[in-house]
Amino acid sequence: MGLTFAQKVLAKKAGLSSVAVGQIVDVEPDYCLSHDNTAAIAKTFAKFGVEKVKNPERFVIVLDHTVPASTEEYAKGHKEIREFVAKQGIQAFYDVGVGICHQVLPEMGFALPGSLVLGSDSHTTAYGALGAFSAGVGRSEMAALYATSRIWLKTPASFKIEVRGKLKEPVTSKDLVLKIIGDIGADGALYKSVEYAGEAIEAMSLSSRLVLSNMAVEMGAKNGYCAPDKKTFAFLEHRAVAEYTPIYPDSDAEYERVLTYDASKLGPQVAKPHTVDNVAPVEEVEGTKIGQALLGTCTNGRLEDLRLAARYLEGKKIAKGVRMIVLPASQEVLLEALRGGLIEIFVRAGAMVLNPGCGPCLGAHQGVLAAGEVCISTANRNFQGRMGSSEAATYLASPATVAASAVAGVITDPRKVGRGGGA
Amino acid sequence: MIDGKVWKYGDDVNTDVIFAGKYTYKPMTPAEMAEHALEDLDPTFAKTVKPGDIIVAGANFGCGSSREQAATCIKASGVAAVIAVSFSRLFFRNAINEGLPVVELAGGTTMIGKDDQVKIDFEKGVVIHNGKEYRFPALPKEVLAILNDGGLIPHVKKALLKA
Repeated sequence: MGLTFAQKVLAKKAGLSSVAVGQIVDVEPDYCLSHDNTAAIAKTFAKFGVEKVKNPERFVIVLDHTVPASTEEYAKGHKEIREFVAKQGIQAFYDVGVGICHQVLPEMGFALPGSLVLGSDSHTTAYGALGAFSAGVGRSEMAALYATSRIWLKTPASFKIEVRGKLKEPVTSKDLVLKIIGDIGADGALYKSVEYAGEAIEAMSLSSRLVLSNMAVEMGAKNGYCAPDKKTFAFLEHRAVAEYTPIYPDSDAEYERVLTYDASKLGPQVAKPHTVDNVAPVEEVEGTKIGQALLGTCTNGRLEDLRLAARYLEGKKIAKGVRMIVLPASQEVLLEALRGGLIEIFVRAGAMVLNPGCGPCLGAHQGVLAAGEVCISTANRNFQGRMGSSEAATYLASPATVAASAVAGVITDPRKVGRGGGA
Repeated sequence: MIDGKVWKYGDDVNTDVIFAGKYTYKPMTPAEMAEHALEDLDPTFAKTVKPGDIIVAGANFGCGSSREQAATCIKASGVAAVIAVSFSRLFFRNAINEGLPVVELAGGTTMIGKDDQVKIDFEKGVVIHNGKEYRFPALPKEVLAILNDGGLIPHVKKALLKA
């Protein structure tokens, strides 16, 4: 029997010829990510009585969660982080404004095929889109990684999700991953390594694959892998910070479960409040009144997402009573959107374009919700209270559905509305 | 042996209802975190939880964020252990790293109700409820070593001293 991606990459990192499912390995990650929580991690690190971070070149720190600081407390945290990276000689530090960590790591070439990346953020699963094994860890674990560079990981069993056919415009990878999560549930892939495969995945851009891998954690998965290909290598050509060797699962690898989807049969999907697996076809919630529309975040804040949304906003106005927030995933995305005229489209439509960052996705600042308010968002979580009041409601959808809904003022099937530019 | 009164919850208790995102980047002591424990799930919990109480839940407890405070706030509230049908992998790791025992009863937890009395015998690997014993799998030795050292920080400190 062949080996899965997870078995192969963990065996390689552990220096073993092979590892069995369930086997615990002691490994040294290639790169480790932390963000605004570095302030707390640095305090924990201080408890170990170790002066210096071991291998500072392995750590990437991105300030993105509460940027720019909206409170004195957040500002203090950021300041402490700047002092920490300076003292520790951590070069890969991306200060306020560069972007969201899950976009910055791929852009800066730290998310490499066949590598092991751990981050003190649950959506670290995103880098599976480039063929990395990447997973979230806790703050204490990140502090321990600063001190030792090592961590234990259990080798997960694997699921294969095979997606045949072709997605029909304007259906996106977001709709696909919501459909999968709705089908198998928030714990459907608990502790599993998910491998996405099939012609629909092969046809996808890297940006679309990042959505699938980002949201793998919303089905409980440890990582979400897409086989690296020409698109991956081309993207990394002038970015990769190190040489890499892609790892592919054996064709006869053993999967605990194989799920099959036909992309051509899929319509727009929406996750209803208050869980990501509470998924329905958009038709079921059409007409639901909204007060806020959020486009962006680490899930759907890339150029192709902004481009797709702009098609519904060009020459249109956001509905009265709706606030629309646009959060590009990084400075690079923002610049490209500027050059492509997308920012002008958003502003003319009445949307607010914010600096790259996590914004209100986690309810810290920049557009939190009051009791009774409803938001439609391209983010990855809609848990009760996440975006502010515990009596607010968040629906998750694709950039097309969010933009079409912002214009209509109610949740709208993007297939049923004319696109912008007078259409 | 842990012997405590039960707080009972359902499936998919997520990290946002355990410890809200709006608090995650505020510096807080564990005691301050405990004041917000389970705030958006059960507002009575933080006010009335007693040291030694046990949380019993359904599947996928602690799903969502990597935020360690979800485990810290429960531990600091005095809860002696969390029993669930399953845990999110991040909550599981965070709980162990905080020295909070987690017990997986894959067969289900529906027989246990709020305010019931439950015993956990770690040596025998059983949960005792209404005179009945329910087996749970032992933690791997690598994981148990962290828990036995009182969490990841003392565990790593010990290892660094040895090295």
